[in-house]
Amino acid sequence: MTNEKIHEVIIIGSGPAGLTAAIYAARANLTPLVIEGEPSSTSDQPGGQLMLTTEVENFPGFPEGVMGPELMLKFREQAARFNATFITEKVTKVDFSQRPFKVWVRDEMYLTRSVIVSTGAQSLMLGLDNEKKYYGHGLSSCATCDGFFFKGQEIVVVGGGDSAIEEALFLTKFATKVTLVVRRNVLRASKIMQARAKNNPKIHIKWNSQVTELFGDTKLTGVGLTDSVTGEKSKLDVTGLFVAIGHRPNTDLFKGVLDMEDNGYLKTKLGSSYTNIAGVFACGDVQDHTYRQAVTAAGSGCMAAIDCERWLESQH
Amino acid sequence: MAGGILTLTSSNFDETVKSASTPIIVDFWAEWCGPCKAIAPVLSEIAAEQAGKVTIAKLNVDDHGDIAQRFGVMSIPTLLVFDKGEMKMKMVGAKGKSQLLAEIAEFI
Repeated sequence: MTNEKIHEVIIIGSGPAGLTAAIYAARANLTPLVIEGEPSSTSDQPGGQLMLTTEVENFPGFPEGVMGPELMLKFREQAARFNATFITEKVTKVDFSQRPFKVWVRDEMYLTRSVIVSTGAQSLMLGLDNEKKYYGHGLSSCATCDGFFFKGQEIVVVGGGDSAIEEALFLTKFATKVTLVVRRNVLRASKIMQARAKNNPKIHIKWNSQVTELFGDTKLTGVGLTDSVTGEKSKLDVTGLFVAIGHRPNTDLFKGVLDMEDNGYLKTKLGSSYTNIAGVFACGDVQDHTYRQAVTAAGSGCMAAIDCERWLESQH
Repeated sequence: MAGGILTLTSSNFDETVKSASTPIIVDFWAEWCGPCKAIAPVLSEIAAEQAGKVTIAKLNVDDHGDIAQRFGVMSIPTLLVFDKGEMKMKMVGAKGKSQLLAEIAEFI
């Protein structure tokens, strides 16, 4: 079905970048339509990656910290206050070949003069053959959802960045022992998080290691590790596995449409949110593989809304 | 309770699931689970729209962990579909409405 109305701007995605763009665009009287995504247990969901975190300690303005989902709810309320509207579904197709641009949600088509892409990134999984089999049976994509089920058990967290350590620390509330499997011999995480991991008696770090095998009949009972220096293999008996080894951008929708880096991140013109198509802007983690912070995403969402507003004005 | 959502507990679980007049979808959830909150409105809509064809029920895993354990629930939200007292389907993870409706189509 085609909706006759031509929107000024459609924002695809609703993490810190998309919702900040929505706040700014709404206050510029562009009445943005935010197609915010749909519920999921991965970070590809309305509100984005912060929906799966607990305490956020580095977002300015919250000296005591703030819960990730609560922060995103506030972002959304702020955008709604200025008349941004929301569709809680995923965009299924886009056509940016002519203006007005076309954006589909299943068989519903929306027309718009401009688009802000803020679809973010989602967590990478290990990529092992039998990984799917253990999803919900020991392997989890959401520590905050599933940590509870591992009370008194031994588990593994894979990764050496801030997210991995945050998950490991959170999981020590339930598990008796958390083994952090790190590919190199250093942690990529911030110094404060490194210190917390090293000082927590329940966290054991396994350096230079990768999870290369999963064991268990109907439930996970163990993981196989390979030493990345010596190639030596070992086994660890655990009932839970949480993976935080990085992200991939949610750009499948834009393949062959928007210019991308080799790693799939959208290309934007330096110091702006302009993509290769005039009238299509990108912000947040979908175009940032360097900083990837809530506050940088929010900042770039503001840039996209201002770029978009000025571009729309220049078209009159 | 047409269109409403039943609340299941350790004490009423077996009886409710067995005596339900329609297939029953049980949502295993907890207060601290973000994706569980995200699918709550989706389930309310389905309960209202499919009233009489399917029953929606919720079970809090914090309060009734024994039931969660009995069905091997290790990740939430998990949705279990029961028909005539028998477990027919297990869905792990939050999903959007259209995807969820497609997956439970055979029970509606």
